[in-house]
Amino acid sequence: MNIHEYQAAEIFSRFGIPVNKGKVCATPEEARAAADELGVPVVIKAQVHVGGRGKAGGIRLAANPGEAAQAARQILGMSIRGATVHKVLVAPAVDIAHEYYLGVVLDRARRRITVMASAAGGIDIEEVARETPEKIVREHADPLLGLHDYQARRLGFALGLEPALVRPFAAIARQLFAAYTAVDASLAEINPLALTSGGTWLALDSKVVLDDNALFRHPEHEALRDPEAEDPLEREARAAGISFVRLDGTIGCVVNGAGLSMATMDAVKLYGGSPANFLDVGGGASSQQVATALRLVLSDPNVRVVLINIFGGITRCDVVAEGLLEALKTVEVRVPVVIRLVGTRQEEGRRMLAEAGLTVVDTMEEAAQRAVAAAQGREARA
Amino acid sequence: MSVLVGLETRLLVQGITGREGSFHTAQMLEYGTKVVAGVTPGAGGRDVHGVPVFNTVAAAVEATSPNASIIYVPAPYAPDAIYEAVDAGIPLVVCITEGIPTLEMVKVYEHVRSRGCRLIGPNCPGLITPGQAKVGIMPGYIHHPGPVGIVSRSGTLTYEVVWALTRAGIGQSTAVGIGGDPIIGTSFIDVLEMFQADPETKAIVLIGEIGGTDEEAAAAYIKEHVTKPVVGFIAGRTAPPGKRMGHAGAIISGGQGTAAEKIAALEAAGVPVAERPAQVAELIRNVLG
Repeated sequence: MNIHEYQAAEIFSRFGIPVNKGKVCATPEEARAAADELGVPVVIKAQVHVGGRGKAGGIRLAANPGEAAQAARQILGMSIRGATVHKVLVAPAVDIAHEYYLGVVLDRARRRITVMASAAGGIDIEEVARETPEKIVREHADPLLGLHDYQARRLGFALGLEPALVRPFAAIARQLFAAYTAVDASLAEINPLALTSGGTWLALDSKVVLDDNALFRHPEHEALRDPEAEDPLEREARAAGISFVRLDGTIGCVVNGAGLSMATMDAVKLYGGSPANFLDVGGGASSQQVATALRLVLSDPNVRVVLINIFGGITRCDVVAEGLLEALKTVEVRVPVVIRLVGTRQEEGRRMLAEAGLTVVDTMEEAAQRAVAAAQGREARA
Repeated sequence: MSVLVGLETRLLVQGITGREGSFHTAQMLEYGTKVVAGVTPGAGGRDVHGVPVFNTVAAAVEATSPNASIIYVPAPYAPDAIYEAVDAGIPLVVCITEGIPTLEMVKVYEHVRSRGCRLIGPNCPGLITPGQAKVGIMPGYIHHPGPVGIVSRSGTLTYEVVWALTRAGIGQSTAVGIGGDPIIGTSFIDVLEMFQADPETKAIVLIGEIGGTDEEAAAAYIKEHVTKPVVGFIAGRTAPPGKRMGHAGAIISGGQGTAAEKIAALEAAGVPVAERPAQVAELIRNVLG
């Protein structure tokens, strides 16, 4: 789960990290008042769940409260890589001597939490990792003991910091690690971590991604969710316990299993079509789940055909068919539906669907081909 | 001989009185798996489908000597169940549970490794040696004994490939679902090593998906250490970056984990990669001759 910069900064602040405290504003007037209160110059930053805000014009400097209001007016409502800006963060502009990067991530290959730092801060760290990997230093935390003090210090020395700056830097590294583990993050990042011209450390941008699997033990995280930042269909799917990701194609997919769902999308693409979504109805594929899934997929106006791919497995196909028919009764279907159903008692299941006038095919390939043809209007009815 | 499970497997089911645990115990028994005991704290003394239930894994071990455990325990309690199995000395632990916090798994992995145990999963369908033992939630009937070892991060997608193989008259030695989480107990490489050493396995299918770099590591390992033919399939060619595609581990992040990189790595290691699941059967037929 993504949260906003200002929310991440609040978390970091709780763990003792010096953050550049600002004010969250939803209107130009609030931004003006914030600039007035904080003292100018200020920076106005779009609060969205996507990167690349600076390049998109979502970060502006303002020399006085009037300019702050003007900048907020320009940023609020703008779209940054598909995300609409509803809030801005107004924060004091800082005299920066140097920008560093500090992040905590999961190193999947090592199965350990890793603290990363770089003297090439302020820019896209993925780019640094790609172009000049030698500019990133790392320490792997012990799974049971955490990050040792000496490891945090070693990061500071590896960055070539002056000795007097190493201890305060190491303290921030440890605090960031503590914040990461305490909130069950999958990413915690300060970029840039600024060394001010006054010789102090200050987190200028804060980023946290929370582990969805750990939300059950953090009920307080629910308050951090921004419903405006979430696709309405994805929100509805989440509430129904269905994995759903909206894409920009025309073939709506309803599949059981995450891997099979991705493979179905890929097959659609392979045959020249484009998937409208990823959707995993989960195990069992009960009629209610399938009905919800169908409703979700059909509420996307781009969808021109629905492709249902169920590998019944242990679930009997006649039960799945019953569920599908039940679901189709409760959902108004305005587009062709192609069904692929395999598993125990598949003959019975298919007969039931065929009797109801539905096209049922044997293989995933055939289903994808038919769906693509239908989406391209090559067949009026699949 | 096959790998990990077989006729010698004596299985313990943790969470046996739950809906999933009870249902799949019946399925595994029906397949012929020797399920020797179950554990649900507080339900000791009962039986489920004729399988005796114990309060603790230690008691179950003492009474029935299981050599493998399968866990159907909800995510908040699953790490504890893994610790209990590992600490009771069970050498093979299969965790079906989805949704365990990643940081919890970092600790679990470390503990399991320090005890020299083998953990399969979590968030996996389990594993099956056709005709011998089914330790998981996969439909048994789609499998058939034969020469192909399968290792996969996915559930239903594996069934799809197995089904294609079986329909093409090609059987399987063992099919191992290693799980779709970012931290899993057993990697592609671990299973590749076992298949390479297993005389009954003549060819290997590796089914990967977006996220992480395990497929790339597997490709490098294959190039160095695997002499048996390997065929690959990677799901998620059309997946957008930054979005979790169902599995917690299936996400392209930090510019890493795309299908294209994985396919390129496998092909560079001499592994043909199928474009569709069913094509795996055709490619396997080619390599088996």
